[in-house]
Amino acid sequence: MSDATTSQPTSNGFDEITILWISEGMSCDGDTVSITASAQPAIEDVVLGLVPGLPKVNLHNKVLSPTLGGEEFLAPYRAAARGELTQPFILVIEGSIPNENVNGDGYWTSFGNDEQTGEPLTLNWWIDQLAPKAWAVVAAGTCAAYGGIHAMAGNPTGCMGLADYLGWDFKSAGALPIVNVPGCPVQPENFMETLTWVLYHAAGTAPPPPLDEMLRPQWLFGKTVHEGCDRAAYYEQADFARDYNSPKCQVQIGCWGPVVNCNVTKRGWMGGVGGCPNVGGICIGCTMPGFPDKFMPFMDMPPGAGVSSLLIKPYGAVVRRLRGITNATVNREPKWHHNKAALTTGYDPRWRPVARKGQPQ
Amino acid sequence: MTTIEDRPAGTAQRGQLTEMAWDPITRIIGNLGIYTKIDFENRVVAECHSTSSLFRGYSVFMKGKDPRDAGFITSRICGICGDNHTTCSVYAQNMAYGIKTPPLGEWIVNLGEAAEYMFDHTLFQDNLVFVDFCEAMVKQTNPSVLARAENTEAPHRDVHGYRTIADIMRAFNPFEGAVYKQALKVSRTTREMFCLMEGRHVHPSTVYPGGVGTVPTPTLFTDYLSRLIEILDFVKQSVAMNDDIFDFWYQALPGYEEVGRRRVLLGCWGAFQNPGVVDYRYENMANWGRAMYVTPGVIVDGQLLTTDLVDINLGIRILLGSSYYEDWVGEEPFVTHDPLGNPVDMRHPWNQTTLPAPQKRDFTDKYSWVMSPRWYDKGSDKHLALDTGGGCFARLYSTALAGLVDTPYVKSTGHSVQILLPRSEKLPEMTLEWNIPLWSNAIERDRSRAYFIAYAAAMSLHFLEQAMGRVRGGDMRTFVDFEVPAEGIGCGFHEAVRGVLSHHLVIRDGKIANYHPYPPTPWNGSPRDSYGTPGPYEDAVQEMPIFEENGPDDFKGVDIMRAVRSFDPCLPCGVHMYVGGGRTIKKIHSPMFGATHG
Repeated sequence: MSDATTSQPTSNGFDEITILWISEGMSCDGDTVSITASAQPAIEDVVLGLVPGLPKVNLHNKVLSPTLGGEEFLAPYRAAARGELTQPFILVIEGSIPNENVNGDGYWTSFGNDEQTGEPLTLNWWIDQLAPKAWAVVAAGTCAAYGGIHAMAGNPTGCMGLADYLGWDFKSAGALPIVNVPGCPVQPENFMETLTWVLYHAAGTAPPPPLDEMLRPQWLFGKTVHEGCDRAAYYEQADFARDYNSPKCQVQIGCWGPVVNCNVTKRGWMGGVGGCPNVGGICIGCTMPGFPDKFMPFMDMPPGAGVSSLLIKPYGAVVRRLRGITNATVNREPKWHHNKAALTTGYDPRWRPVARKGQPQ
Repeated sequence: MTTIEDRPAGTAQRGQLTEMAWDPITRIIGNLGIYTKIDFENRVVAECHSTSSLFRGYSVFMKGKDPRDAGFITSRICGICGDNHTTCSVYAQNMAYGIKTPPLGEWIVNLGEAAEYMFDHTLFQDNLVFVDFCEAMVKQTNPSVLARAENTEAPHRDVHGYRTIADIMRAFNPFEGAVYKQALKVSRTTREMFCLMEGRHVHPSTVYPGGVGTVPTPTLFTDYLSRLIEILDFVKQSVAMNDDIFDFWYQALPGYEEVGRRRVLLGCWGAFQNPGVVDYRYENMANWGRAMYVTPGVIVDGQLLTTDLVDINLGIRILLGSSYYEDWVGEEPFVTHDPLGNPVDMRHPWNQTTLPAPQKRDFTDKYSWVMSPRWYDKGSDKHLALDTGGGCFARLYSTALAGLVDTPYVKSTGHSVQILLPRSEKLPEMTLEWNIPLWSNAIERDRSRAYFIAYAAAMSLHFLEQAMGRVRGGDMRTFVDFEVPAEGIGCGFHEAVRGVLSHHLVIRDGKIANYHPYPPTPWNGSPRDSYGTPGPYEDAVQEMPIFEENGPDDFKGVDIMRAVRSFDPCLPCGVHMYVGGGRTIKKIHSPMFGATHG
């Protein structure tokens, strides 16, 4: 990296930043586990300062913390809540936010205890303290972004996404909206790539990440599953899987890919490996604000797929037949590939293009 | 901020008790608090309570849903072994729907689950557990042990390449040590292997009741095999490093076998179906359970009480006692008799109705949302507080004693498990042997984890050969279609990475009428039950000696954390199923730990 101008933060950037990660929402900690799967970039590379141009990162995450826990682990969170943290910080929330107004004196989830009373401190208390002070706020996974599985119909906790809780027009101390990276769990590289962009922005070397109206990174969620799916060609030919043995398009057996914003069929699940409909797993819409209720029962055909897969039938049948004919043709070698006495390739040693009048050859 | 309690009357031999609490515990999945009273004069833990404070309510919102959704939903219970839930749910659904699955689909699930064990045990052992044994930690807690480690040659240095024990400990320093970093990479390679078979990690995409949607091309198996070959050196070296560290620990700290020790009371519910035998019929469950490639079993004091999954199923009891619930025995049962005609107890998960009764936390009465699963032993008429030994320990123990597993790569001898790993890039073919140890304690739970990674790696070679044989023979069938019955019951038995996992399903009118998953953490992390029997974490920590050199003022509690982490706590499993919302108010003011050295 001899080009000093690309790796020097500008004067309005930070050279050190803290990440306070709280996974005590209604979650399974699966997003934390998921991000450890990313090698593009790897969390340890970010923490060890191996990605050029990023600020020094102090990561605090319960699963990855080297501390033994308790107050030693909570110290930076408490300092931030008191407004005494010396660096700016990024607040990462994992898990949906319960409604603590519907349970009387009860609570649904907590993170440490109140130092004076010894009573559990709710996640909501921490968000109320930390979100206004945070330089940026990031929602990791569908639960934190939009409520997700725990916000399903019939749930007792009344939980919701972070933007439902803080308000969709929330702006952090760094003037950023909430950055949502949905996925159940979050696709590892999608999260690390987004976090890295936010960190470049912190360093003053990049604009804020471009987000859509659901606060998702545009470059990750701007296309549908179907648009990136290598089984979409079967759809075009109206050739549908009837059960899960088939390697063909799964829209008639539960796949919601045509209407779901997600890049997993393009990117794979990790390191280009795995995925969903591209490898035989129906898309159940796990990145979407309407997940899971709008996609259940998961294994039935989505209502819209009935119409669209019917409409494509006549076109698909014709195209498939025509392609079959062409495919048979291109599967044959040219007739001049032979070992006979005469050359039949059309070779002419004196051949030249005919010159047009007035043009130099 | 440490408070000192007066010496309780009538316990003259007990020193002054100091309350110490760790809440939240780091380097585990989920939300766990450990509250103890420590006698620093006698260097022993006098009392321990474990508690958790996250409630999500799975069994509540699953009622009335399409039963085929259960595998997708229950995966979201756990963010590290979600696929174990999907698999177990699919096993239970296969039984309820009367499905005999295609063998290739079963081999593919076995390969996925083997990769999950390799991934999860590696990440947990090397990136989470071993931080408690690394140089940076031991320097703060036991400087004399570190000094000794600097001067102790590692017996297996020819295998792993580290000259001294301290060199190995340095390699485990978080984010910087060579093995710590390599383990993260191996955890990625093994997760790729998982994704090949089950689509996505943590929540799989290609696993369905009836089989899998994974496309069984030769390429699929090539991609898995080539990654497996790549990690074999690491697997062999891990076993050697673990043996060196743990053997050193016993020598350096005589009496360390008492840390996290409890009576041998182990449960293993079996893993890896044998496709040639399993038909998912309850009536044949004893038979196909014994054919699994990890043998189910209940082990008491070193004796195998049973390997019969029907016995195991019928013996499960969900006790209350210290949990915030009202009893459900007055409710209508869902299942009075199993398909063999055996009576099903009202305290069995099939019959459970969850009746939350939120109240203040009181360590002398009710203090946890976790219920107390126990296994009723007819012989002794006791409700046994089985633990899973972090999963790996009970799996190896049960498989070793049963003497049933016999494959070209893994063999049970009746007293040990032999694991054959072929030649790899740096190391020759090796046969590793896990022998039943003298104790069920923190070190042996941790040690068995390295061996079980080897077990899963070796077993996956067998699964690969079987699967590739089928594909080469032209069998590409991975899924069989089915109808959901209007009425039905099912149970699935599996091993989550950290231990026993069972799903119990009741279908009425084609919908879920009752669904209770019993994962390992309620077993391990349960509170005192209605008979006063403490849960395994509490039991293992209570009365255990303290070896840390620090006094109360700068006490870190590393021995206690080693004891708790050896069970591989995973709290989303512990509290997934409980409804309620009582503010827990501490009756005892627990001190804040570590405020002076944040």
